[in-house]
Amino acid sequence: MTEVLLSLKGLTKAYPGVVANDTVSFDIGAGEVHALLGENGAGKSTLVKMIYGLVKPDSGEMTLRGAPFAPAEPRQARADGIAMVFQHFSLFDALNVAENIALGMENPPKMGDLASRIREVSETYGLPLDPYRTVGDLSAGERQRVEIIRCLLQDPKLLIMDEPTSVLTPQEVDILFQTLEKLRAEGTSILYISHKLEEIRTLCDHATILRLGKNVGECIPAETSASEMAELMVGSALTPPERGDREFGEVALDISGLSVPSPSAFGTALRNVHLTVRKGEILGIGGVAGNGQDELLSVLSGETLTEADAVKLGKTPIGRLGPVARRTLGVLAAPEERLGHAAAPDMSLTENAMLTGATREGLEKNGFLKWSAAKEFAERVIKDFDVRTPGPENAARSLSGGNLQKFVIGREVLQRPEVLVVNQPTWGVDASAAAAIRQSLLDLAAGGAAVVCISQDLDELMEISDNFAALNEGRLSAPRAAAGLTVEEIGLMMGGAHGMEVAHV
Amino acid sequence: MDLSAINPILLIASLMVAATPLLFAAIGELVVEKAGVLNLGVEGMMIIGAIAGFATAVESGSPLLGFVAAAVAGAVLSVLFAILTQFAQANQVASGLSLTLFGLGFSALLGQNYVGIKPPQMEKLDIPLLSDLPVVGPILFGHDVMLYVAIVLIAAVWAVIKFTRAGLVLRAVGENHDAAHALGYKVVKIRILAILFGGACAGLGGAYISLIRVPQWTEGMTAGIGWIALALVVFASWKPWRVLLGAYLFGGVTVVQLNLQAAGVAIPVEYLAMSPYLITILVLVILSADKSSAPAALGRNFHASR
Repeated sequence: MTEVLLSLKGLTKAYPGVVANDTVSFDIGAGEVHALLGENGAGKSTLVKMIYGLVKPDSGEMTLRGAPFAPAEPRQARADGIAMVFQHFSLFDALNVAENIALGMENPPKMGDLASRIREVSETYGLPLDPYRTVGDLSAGERQRVEIIRCLLQDPKLLIMDEPTSVLTPQEVDILFQTLEKLRAEGTSILYISHKLEEIRTLCDHATILRLGKNVGECIPAETSASEMAELMVGSALTPPERGDREFGEVALDISGLSVPSPSAFGTALRNVHLTVRKGEILGIGGVAGNGQDELLSVLSGETLTEADAVKLGKTPIGRLGPVARRTLGVLAAPEERLGHAAAPDMSLTENAMLTGATREGLEKNGFLKWSAAKEFAERVIKDFDVRTPGPENAARSLSGGNLQKFVIGREVLQRPEVLVVNQPTWGVDASAAAAIRQSLLDLAAGGAAVVCISQDLDELMEISDNFAALNEGRLSAPRAAAGLTVEEIGLMMGGAHGMEVAHV
Repeated sequence: MDLSAINPILLIASLMVAATPLLFAAIGELVVEKAGVLNLGVEGMMIIGAIAGFATAVESGSPLLGFVAAAVAGAVLSVLFAILTQFAQANQVASGLSLTLFGLGFSALLGQNYVGIKPPQMEKLDIPLLSDLPVVGPILFGHDVMLYVAIVLIAAVWAVIKFTRAGLVLRAVGENHDAAHALGYKVVKIRILAILFGGACAGLGGAYISLIRVPQWTEGMTAGIGWIALALVVFASWKPWRVLLGAYLFGGVTVVQLNLQAAGVAIPVEYLAMSPYLITILVLVILSADKSSAPAALGRNFHASR
């Protein structure tokens, strides 16, 4: 490491009931890509918020290039050359790209000048963007470009990136990495937050690992194996999901020639989709967000109705049946968005269990609710899936993302589905919880259910699926056996690099 | 029935007067809603503005001073709403409704001694030559100054929202307060300023009724204009020029139906009386069929968490 850019010493931040950061110290060198590793709730977000001036530390201090650094607000941090790409994009859907970027700048130039600056910078770094497009119309990858360019326009000394690759295709990840390499070569330091260990190994010079708010170790990623880092992160050895040998039975779910117009202005139309899933099979469906994943899920769950013959359960046409009728037949679904789609945020876990479990678990009788049975069912989900919550009477909103995800998946798995459709089953879930969820899907398939797993996490799909297909602009590629697929092949199935090009500075 | 008694020039001139209170109230509420706050207390702030403006004008003899007092009174009442919703995190709908009920009651109390009094008259604009022009003169150049203020206000709000950084920040706060906060904008401060502006505008609208449109003080004299203003903002798709269009349409139909009543048209009075509401809403519903939608954070309270 050359000179130190930012040095953290003994940073501590406590919230009522939880110490988010406990005397964390480390240094970030100039021109260094520094990884910050840790599970959900390890305190990574709180730490970077302190650097970015959104949260004030209770104690401890930071120095920037040797001078004391205590930003009272993001504005001040930005003025000192610190820029941040947020995990949950901090963008405004109804505004256009240039307006969004102007909002993140201290002294934005006139709109016309800004637009040409955006074009210039975005092309230099291989991230083409039209400054006048409305952000609500952009794909997840493009939205990320907006965030990155917003940072680059301020000529940052330290760029903080919070889980930047979770929404990108492998090719797009490559291009992002080339952009970051370029920035490093120009002397910009990067604080890179991720839990994807292989990425960190290829990109980062140095890594700091947080667990439960404490700095539990540092390493040089290139010289450390992924499993060693994972152990540091989790605190114990991780067992990868086991996939037992499974026999595939007859066809359980059969979709042929399905075309569905886009349900909304910002949606994607499904075009001539064919797929079959046999009993005991897990079909993984990859693809960049916004290429028809949500639409496919809603066709399978029954939220969108189609021609009767387009969707078949075994030999029974179910295209005209709604969600409740499909549940009765054993077709269950767990959508992506936990708060709002998969669960009602302000209702208790018991009530949420009732919402999808009522028919199959017999939680109602003649229109009256059987509260005790519902509570038992919710408790069973909590117990079997290790959901960390004081009890089923707690509101869904009060659970952390990973715990709620375990609950949402467990609720469907325990209803003994014949076909289970899940979308992003481990989105934002820490490594050990993700492993538990994946294991439950594998167990379900081993029990003879057909599983469709839609996900953007390719490692996950490779880990659990038997066959793999990709969605690209509403079209589903022909499924291929997952074993032996290379990253390049998957990338091509996903539609390549989506108009990105290699940086040419 | 004698339709020839209706003078089209006077009709247009008086529709502009009829529309102005609505214009003030609606443009204020538009700014408030652009910041993501739903203040249902427009009616209450208007009527407080009406009595404050009326009383001040009567006591001081200056209608202009009356308008200033009305704006201050509307803003002061809106402070109550701001405290409830921005600091106490109270529900915006309930707070707004209570503001209206409070305003109506309190104004009646304040106005007891002012019933039946005539306020000082506001001078009409009199530009030599221009005001004397036939047709154009009385329509464009023969009004009181506040009517022009309202139109200028519409243009100013439009320009600020569209072209300035302040407007951009305002829209950003109303669109996604969490993101705005993450970027370092003071969500609560911006919202309070917007609420104050909305209160002041509503106060001006109320005073325009009691000082110019009617002009006298009676209890509950705003007669639902505040509610129409709220609907107008929604149906105008949060666009200032459409607010102007909607307000003039409403004013126009109001004046026409009054003239028709006077002319003795054989339609029951009740139908005529409801026509401004029906027609305005109908036209604006058709106009608002495009997809421009509400500020995404409208009506949601903001609390800075971790």
